[in-house]
Amino acid sequence: MAALLVEMDGIAKRFPGVNALEDARFDLRPGEVHALVGENGAGKSTLMKILAGIYQPDAGRILFNGEVVEIPSPRAAQQLGVSIIHQELNLMPHLTVAQNIFIGREPRARLPFVVDDRALNARARGLFESLHLRMDPRRRVGDLAVAEQQMVEIAKALSFNAAVLIMDEPTAALTEVEIGELFRIIRQLRENGVGIVHISHRLEELKQISDRVTVMRDGRYVATVPTADARLEQIISMMVGRTIFEEATEIPDNAQAEVVLEVRNLNRGRMVRDVSFELRRGEILGFAGLVGAGRTEVARAVFGADRADSGDIRVHGKPVRIASPADAVRHGIGYLSEDRKRFGLAIGMDVEMNIVLASLQRFVGWLGRINSRLTRSAAQLQVTNLGIKTPNVRQTVRNLSGGTQQKVVVGKWLTADTDILIFDEPTRGIDVGAKSEIYRLLNELAREGKAIIMISSELPEILRMSHRIVVMCEGRITGVLAAGDATQEEIMAYATQRPAAA
Amino acid sequence: MPVTLARPRAFVRARAVQRLLAFGALIVMIVVFSIASPNFLQFNNIVGILLATAVNGVLALGVTFVIISGGIDLSIGTVMTLSAVMTGVLITNMDLPIVVGILGGIATGGLAGLVNGILIARFKIPPFIATLGMLNVAKGLALVISGLTPIYFNETPAVNQAAMGSLIGSLIPGLAIPNIVLVLFGAAVVASLVLSKTILGRYTFALGSNEEASRLSGVSVDRWKIAVYTVCGLFAGLAGVLIAARLNSAQPSLGLGYELDAIAAAVIGGTSLSGGEGSILGTVIGAFIISTLTNGLRIMSVPQEWQIVVTGGIVILAVYLDVIRRRQRA
Repeated sequence: MAALLVEMDGIAKRFPGVNALEDARFDLRPGEVHALVGENGAGKSTLMKILAGIYQPDAGRILFNGEVVEIPSPRAAQQLGVSIIHQELNLMPHLTVAQNIFIGREPRARLPFVVDDRALNARARGLFESLHLRMDPRRRVGDLAVAEQQMVEIAKALSFNAAVLIMDEPTAALTEVEIGELFRIIRQLRENGVGIVHISHRLEELKQISDRVTVMRDGRYVATVPTADARLEQIISMMVGRTIFEEATEIPDNAQAEVVLEVRNLNRGRMVRDVSFELRRGEILGFAGLVGAGRTEVARAVFGADRADSGDIRVHGKPVRIASPADAVRHGIGYLSEDRKRFGLAIGMDVEMNIVLASLQRFVGWLGRINSRLTRSAAQLQVTNLGIKTPNVRQTVRNLSGGTQQKVVVGKWLTADTDILIFDEPTRGIDVGAKSEIYRLLNELAREGKAIIMISSELPEILRMSHRIVVMCEGRITGVLAAGDATQEEIMAYATQRPAAA
Repeated sequence: MPVTLARPRAFVRARAVQRLLAFGALIVMIVVFSIASPNFLQFNNIVGILLATAVNGVLALGVTFVIISGGIDLSIGTVMTLSAVMTGVLITNMDLPIVVGILGGIATGGLAGLVNGILIARFKIPPFIATLGMLNVAKGLALVISGLTPIYFNETPAVNQAAMGSLIGSLIPGLAIPNIVLVLFGAAVVASLVLSKTILGRYTFALGSNEEASRLSGVSVDRWKIAVYTVCGLFAGLAGVLIAARLNSAQPSLGLGYELDAIAAAVIGGTSLSGGEGSILGTVIGAFIISTLTNGLRIMSVPQEWQIVVTGGIVILAVYLDVIRRRQRA
């Protein structure tokens, strides 16, 4: 067994009002991929930010190659050979690939303060060659696709001759193909003796890529197990501290149900091309495809967030014109963005205001006064019905967990009397326990007769939840599958299918 | 297998577009004004435009750095005034050599910029507020130091001669372009090299593009931010020296409003108010657009109050173009 590269012991970290970490432990060997898992708020990211010098621990010690070290700053971590790739990509979109990689360490020309751009680009090129990646170092990062930006981050992390590479949810925004590419690079690094920490919510990935798994819960260390010996259910139960019984979906027969939404030949730019589909009452229609396939764009066009170039939309059989989200809401369509914090919630406001936000006119009385008795009871109703975990309706939404925030958004659209709900990546950034609650909620809504579109990049989620599956590729619908007999392979085949000449 | 995903190139093109657009607008303006008035293309009038561009142009060069870094500096107009007064005090009141006066004026601007930078980077005061405060501090100090009256350079005619004399004219008779214009172009070349070739320039863009990412990459964000505001202050100081030399006097009550013209020049030239984008060439073109427009409208006998309205409209248009550009990218 190789000697330990990193050893963290008894780490504690306190933020105002929260004990983020208490007696956390972690170790890493050279040439291994060590997965770090746990629910949101378990302290994985905090622990790794301590290793990367971004936070300072309140207690505990860190050993690096057997010696106790202090890591007071990101720069100190880099000097030790610790590189971190953050959950949100940390790149400068206006700078080129090479400029991003060597920011802060530009090769200098002979004149003082002058950057040697030729050496800069040459170094970046060499770096990509060693990773067997093709990338022009002079391209601006803002022009790159997310997956390519991810590769830039990895190249940047490695340019420090990293002995330890920490990846915080590196696959969250990637498609299956891109994840395969990422894993190829990770394996290559592992062979070169780099110790890799892989933080992920996607447990299926662990089996593919990791050697050991460490589970954290509520800021504490739970256990470390060799991946080969661990069963997924076992890891999940360690994460949540209880066993989750997964509710199997029975697919109702919606074939005779009323068509509530009909979209015909919808076009918008390059991302939505000739899209037609129908959605029935009580149905969960899954939208599968690679990131950038145009699914979100379809949703935004249907919702009126972006104006369609052409196409017909019928709601309950009647043709409607949807030029703005206000029109969509009037016709009973609600959209739950993948980016809740930016587009779904007023996170600085309380639960009550968020729930009534889309239907505020109903609660307005004489001279524009908001009837707070009515808004209170409307909010209270949703909190009870949806099981929104909040101390009271006056709680600021920012302080709630991801899953609870998602429910608040659902409550908002239910209050607005919408019967067509578009969920865009409803479980992104939500931990395992809350995920199954969101699934239960979706099934519940469908049973009550709501019509649901669910966009998801996670194939198991699509397969588990959908009644029918629409697969998109490059702005077109390439396949519509019945969920009962669809497989991951089949969906991927359609999702990567170049639209043939129709 | 390399991952390649096609993305619309509109963003790439849009970047170059505003600079071309600005240049095109300048050309169109010149053509229109020269048709409208035979006086417009007279040598003396062109010199007038160049003169009018010089001071605002130098101010705009400095503020371009700040805006690219994602900040704003509202104090440059009155810092310019303070620097001019300081030059006057050093040369006229204290009888020091002219060189000391010039360097003292520039240093005064740099010092004001340094203070701005420290307030913003270390004390985390929003740039808008910090520099708004500095605007008034500099305005007040200019009045205090000058004793509320203009300081003239009557004993030292060399000051005015240095700015308004013509090196080119002495070499090529008939082409008497004042030296102050050469200073603008010289300063622009220096600014352009600093912005594109040095680490200061690189970090200016990096800060404006993603400050947090810069910090996490080990860039000493605070230090470079202070440097950016100091550079801006140095240019304001230079502008102060230039305006004093040109007017042959330091006018303590001048300067308010200059900051907006300078910011407008940068924005018209394609510098994005949200940071991360901009160029010195664009800013110079922007400064010329403003002075050409003002000059042309005056030649066409448009009342001054309407000139102001028109320049205001141009600025709104330029910012709107920036908004469209950013929307295309999203």
